[in-house]
Amino acid sequence: MATAVGRLRRTWEAPSIIANIFATVDHKQLGIRYMVTAAILLGEGGLDGIVMRTQLAIPNSRVVSPDHFDQMFSLHGTVLIFFFATPMVVGGFGNYLVPLMLGTRDLAFPRLNAFSYWVYLFSAAFIYASFFVGGAPNAGWFAYPPLSSQPFTPGLNMDFWAIAIFFLGISTTATAMNFIVTIFRMRAPGMSINRMPLFIWGILATSFAIIFALPPLTLATGMLEFDRQFGTKFFDPNAGGNVLLWQHLFWIFGHPEVYILFIPAIGIVSTIIPTFVRTRVVGYVFLVLATVGIAFISFGVWVHHMFATGLDVVALSFFGAAGMSITIPSGLQIFSWIATIWKGEKIIWSTSFMFIVGFLVLIVMGGFTGVMVSLVPLDWQVTDSYFIVAHLHYVLVGGVVFPIFGGFYYWIPKFTGRMMNEKLGQLNFWLFFIGFNVSFFPMHILGLLGMQRRIFTYPTDAGWMGLNLTSTIGAYIMGLGALVFIWNFAQSMIVGELAGDNPWEAGTLEWATTSPPEPYNFREIPVVRSADPLWDDPPREGWDERLREPAGHQRETYATTLLEPEVETRLVMPEDSYTPFFMALSLVLLMIGILRTDMVMIAVAGAFGLVFMAWWMWPAEELA
Amino acid sequence: MTTDSARATPYPGYVAGPPQPATLAVLLLILTEGIFFALLFTSYFYILSGSNQWPQGGIKPEHLKIPSIETVILLSSSLPMIWAEHAIKRGHIMQMRMGYMLTLAMGTAFLALLGFEYANLDFKASDNAYASLFLLIVSFHGTHVFVGLLMNIFVQVRSWLGHFDEHRHLAVQNVSWYWHFVDTVWIFIFLIVYLTPHWYGPHA
Repeated sequence: MATAVGRLRRTWEAPSIIANIFATVDHKQLGIRYMVTAAILLGEGGLDGIVMRTQLAIPNSRVVSPDHFDQMFSLHGTVLIFFFATPMVVGGFGNYLVPLMLGTRDLAFPRLNAFSYWVYLFSAAFIYASFFVGGAPNAGWFAYPPLSSQPFTPGLNMDFWAIAIFFLGISTTATAMNFIVTIFRMRAPGMSINRMPLFIWGILATSFAIIFALPPLTLATGMLEFDRQFGTKFFDPNAGGNVLLWQHLFWIFGHPEVYILFIPAIGIVSTIIPTFVRTRVVGYVFLVLATVGIAFISFGVWVHHMFATGLDVVALSFFGAAGMSITIPSGLQIFSWIATIWKGEKIIWSTSFMFIVGFLVLIVMGGFTGVMVSLVPLDWQVTDSYFIVAHLHYVLVGGVVFPIFGGFYYWIPKFTGRMMNEKLGQLNFWLFFIGFNVSFFPMHILGLLGMQRRIFTYPTDAGWMGLNLTSTIGAYIMGLGALVFIWNFAQSMIVGELAGDNPWEAGTLEWATTSPPEPYNFREIPVVRSADPLWDDPPREGWDERLREPAGHQRETYATTLLEPEVETRLVMPEDSYTPFFMALSLVLLMIGILRTDMVMIAVAGAFGLVFMAWWMWPAEELA
Repeated sequence: MTTDSARATPYPGYVAGPPQPATLAVLLLILTEGIFFALLFTSYFYILSGSNQWPQGGIKPEHLKIPSIETVILLSSSLPMIWAEHAIKRGHIMQMRMGYMLTLAMGTAFLALLGFEYANLDFKASDNAYASLFLLIVSFHGTHVFVGLLMNIFVQVRSWLGHFDEHRHLAVQNVSWYWHFVDTVWIFIFLIVYLTPHWYGPHA
């Protein structure tokens, strides 16, 4: 038996350290890389925020120049939305957890998954490379033309932005396709759609939202880059173009994007709450319908970002009403969670659970201000003011970052095999929660007093100093909370208590594996009989043992049928491969070529790309 | 099912049962690219609706002779693909290759005509938003045709190496479906990008 386990491990693990770094296709390793990369970028984006708060603490301050301030708020928004939040929840948590929760051994397209990660990493590196070539993007995270067009923002700053976002879109779309196919065809036998974990529902809904929402972003950034570098006139009103075309395209993407982040985050919430109150989630069907409903409605509300652009009243009323209707599914979810906590046998106040409760408080507050700004007359008053900054941070930090921290405290024992320290965890939570409210609540008032967003300083007689100083102090408290998290993580890696398979006695399948899981995840393929398999059946009892021993050196798992999964066929999964890495490198060459408008370089990159693509698509020898 | 029968189920590349992972991926790719083209057309009409002249800036609408020939060639190039799909299902590998070769020839002819059309354009992308949209939409589609032809060649090479038979021909099916998608998009391009300027009138 020991040798069989050894053979299974050798089949699934990378053959060498170099191969492990550049060629691995293991969803767990890639998931960890997504999380580490995104966490570093969260730190960088957060530091931008702290420097901006320092600049704004007192009137007429000159901590940074106006020019640097522009670059900072642009990077802060761009990095945290595009390069932190989406890759963290979708790429990071999604990658690591989806195959484990589904009871399978990897994603449907492991090499595509590696490719997605490399493209993500390289686009992030690309946008930071702008520092060394004349300065970071500086026209805001939504880059409205004409400001973002060549005459008004010369230099390469916004070219770096447009190109990096364009290629990141390819990575995100590929990841979404990977998840959809995996969830459709690789669920464990018996995991019918009414037994799918709510996190999986969240990833599925978000992946479909990505498939529909990324094309407008790709199109818009493509057009912007053509305008900037190749002289087209899409957004140039002097030559028949229209700047509002950008706003429509950007927000047809941009509003669903908010929910692309939020939906997996609520999947994390729906997973964590039942575990710590020791009861099944209340209203599973309603939570699923709400998840899908939110994803759907999110495509009908983009104009609420454009209430002040002079559209006609009918359009404004329609989109105002659509915006308000999103409170219906959101309300359903909030009440389901509260009911679950209410019904619970007991409440275990772990740090993870605390972050989720913090989430509930903050998302209700962010939701309230959301309803307020969906009222067109109020929006006209507060648009582009700090009221909006307060609102969007309540929904994005409260609604996404708090569940992410909750998810860290919950799953880090699975990722690393060691528990986090609870005392430090509680300190981390309270610093973060108090700091957040001290920092962002005063911004509501500042906005109502008329303080515009994105201003780099303000006069003394505006009377905004007290609130701004309070807000800055809050930001430092939050930063302290983040440092406590880093310290907690570092020391738990060394002296943390060993976690064991299922430290929280949770019900989903990822807890049936060792912590951290073996490269092949499951020796026996799980057979599922309920929505909380580990609560209802002892692990491994009656599981499918046919793939315990690898056939030859093939990595094997099952493809199952769609609605009521049964084993349909054996899938042979690809070996580790350098192709995704080289393929992504040829995209880097393409990015640089576009940046320099160097046609030869673009052609060479395209040729390399096609060669690697053919190499990639060529079937493995034994399958041919 | 015993261990052996689980292992004995058909090998990768076979086509039966629920849609295979690769087929699902192709369908999702078609979906997301379809939305991309739909948004391109929406942008076209958005810019059109804000212009008091279409085409803008006194550009003459494209003469329809060459685009009509292109349309006939590209749309009928789907037929040999359908034939090839049917042929490989019955194991007729030579017929499949013939179908693919015919499609390859027709697709190449389409691109050649498009190149001829481009060489005779009396405007460039930087003239105005109309010109930018025209060239973006037609060139983006042309790139898809080009990639479709590379896929076609790839499948043909594999077919000569004996990768396909009546059970294993997933790549044949997936490439055909993608080609049909690229063809379908052209119908919209012809109707919107080539015909609309004539209907709308140069001075509407």
